[in-house]
Amino acid sequence: MSFPWANEYKPSHPFMQWMDSRLPLPRFVYNAVGAGYPVPRNINYWWNFGFLALICLGLQIVTGIVLAMHYAANAGIAFDSVEHIMRDVNWGWLMRYAHGNGASAFFVVIYIHIFRGFYFGSYKPPREMVWLLGVAIFLLMMATAFMGYVLPWGQMSFWGAKVITGLFGAIPLVGEPIQQWLLGGFAPDNAALNRFFSLHYLLPFVIVAVVVLHIWALHIPGSTNPTGVEVKTESDTLPFFPYFIAKDGWAALAFLMIYCAVVFFAPNMLGHPDNYIPANSMSTPALIVPEWYFWPFYAILRSFTFDFFFIPAKLMGVLAMFGSILVWFFLPWLDKSPVRSGNYRPLFRKFFWFGLIPSVLLLGYCGGSHAAEPYLMLSQIGSFYYFAHFLIILPIISSIERPDPLPFSITESVLGHDGNAALGAAA
Amino acid sequence: MAQDAGLATPDGAPVNQAGATETGEGVRRRDFINIAAVAAAGVGGLATLVPLISQMAPSADVLAESSTEVDISAIKPGQAIKAMYRKQPLFIRNLTAAEVAAAGKVDVSSLRDPQTLEQRTKEGKANWLITMGVCTHLGCVPLGAGEGEVKGEFGGYFCPCHGSVYDTAARIRKGPAPKNLEVPEYVFNSDTVVKIG
Repeated sequence: MSFPWANEYKPSHPFMQWMDSRLPLPRFVYNAVGAGYPVPRNINYWWNFGFLALICLGLQIVTGIVLAMHYAANAGIAFDSVEHIMRDVNWGWLMRYAHGNGASAFFVVIYIHIFRGFYFGSYKPPREMVWLLGVAIFLLMMATAFMGYVLPWGQMSFWGAKVITGLFGAIPLVGEPIQQWLLGGFAPDNAALNRFFSLHYLLPFVIVAVVVLHIWALHIPGSTNPTGVEVKTESDTLPFFPYFIAKDGWAALAFLMIYCAVVFFAPNMLGHPDNYIPANSMSTPALIVPEWYFWPFYAILRSFTFDFFFIPAKLMGVLAMFGSILVWFFLPWLDKSPVRSGNYRPLFRKFFWFGLIPSVLLLGYCGGSHAAEPYLMLSQIGSFYYFAHFLIILPIISSIERPDPLPFSITESVLGHDGNAALGAAA
Repeated sequence: MAQDAGLATPDGAPVNQAGATETGEGVRRRDFINIAAVAAAGVGGLATLVPLISQMAPSADVLAESSTEVDISAIKPGQAIKAMYRKQPLFIRNLTAAEVAAAGKVDVSSLRDPQTLEQRTKEGKANWLITMGVCTHLGCVPLGAGEGEVKGEFGGYFCPCHGSVYDTAARIRKGPAPKNLEVPEYVFNSDTVVKIG
């Protein structure tokens, strides 16, 4: 893509000219993340999180490759090999803490990135493909994170694997054979651990590939912005390099400071102590909980304690858990409001801040707690609102809401109504 | 260009767009080659999937360990043991007369997964309750088989993960689990040895 005013790649060095006519990779980079990509000038800090997600992905791949050099994917020695990394391998403790907390950081960043999309309507035409690919990336991330958490072969690893693969057992008729096929046995054991390691190493590279598609699809219409008004003229944009690289770099440093503070001073804050007990198939931990980033989905899974018409409770919980993410795929067609940004949608904004956000936080809180009252009832309330928000509330408010007046252009939203101000800035 | 000039076979016979000679009986050699090639590749591709998919199923050594013999002579009435069967816990419980009676008193039609204790045990051995120690909800190990563990309000087993409660016939009575604890295939080799699987 580009806007007609995008800077054109003009290599001056003879070698770069020679290269450009044979393999125009520098041109590709220049147009994708260089001065050749015009970005709306008014994007705010919420727009930094895509770049931060990329940093997290890189961080996870680098630390993960290092860890794989020392880890042994065998049920007999996996736990000990992780302790070997922690105690004996030079800087192994740092690599493991960086990787484990890197997963948490990745999810913090990606949740902010996703909710930025919810609020500012980033999923709306013409960016549906960007959104769909993003949801696909999130699903891949969940699979990768789940399998990674199994690898240390502690109690939470083992029982997490058992519960999650048990979800497939809920499928009528074919559930049990599928579960045994996935595990390569009757319960999680060496076969399961080995294949999880293989896939845990593979999936990040699949994510890289889908990220490339995600950015490719994004760069066709260009980035959204806080007003949701499309770019009209050159004065609405600034080149990605150096303006937004600099801003992303600033955000990256701020992010890394927080991340390093956790890695160095509270590396086990987000972990579960039971995972420092070796896996034991004969003894269940008192409380099986996934990592914090799965808590809302886990709460939805557990909130179905009753049969739903003819569907048994267990299957219903599984369907609801997967459905809670699959519903995102339909979001571009559920929210029909032509106004993108929540800043100009008074009714939508109320339901976003006082409905969606609290229900997800409530579900997260319940998902990390025991499966007992009052958490079950709270999970049911949270789940009900969550699905109602996407399936009922969004379609209704997009037809009854009266949006606030939109600015004429991005430039006007930045510089005000005074046409001379815009001219002055351009001069 | 070729179309402008009109297609023709090497010997000069005119050919229509589908590639068949207009004069002959429709040789369609190109179609034959296309179909044969795609069919061979398709069958070959599908055949390749068989090993790729079935390699993930339980391997021979896993299947070889799929039966277990357990000596139950030391289990007194009211006691239970946890054995290992297919890498999963197995509960072998010697029910007291009171527990057998309690299981018999329940109205079977009121149960979520209706079964009597007799259907879940071997004839003449109603006191030997042998079930998987795997909650039918999401696969946790219920409490109640070990010494001093909580047995739940129906005196059988209690799953701490999501609160499923089983009675003295290991039938689901309360909580999210859909089924009774699974009774594996087993035979009494003698009065003191059971072979599971």
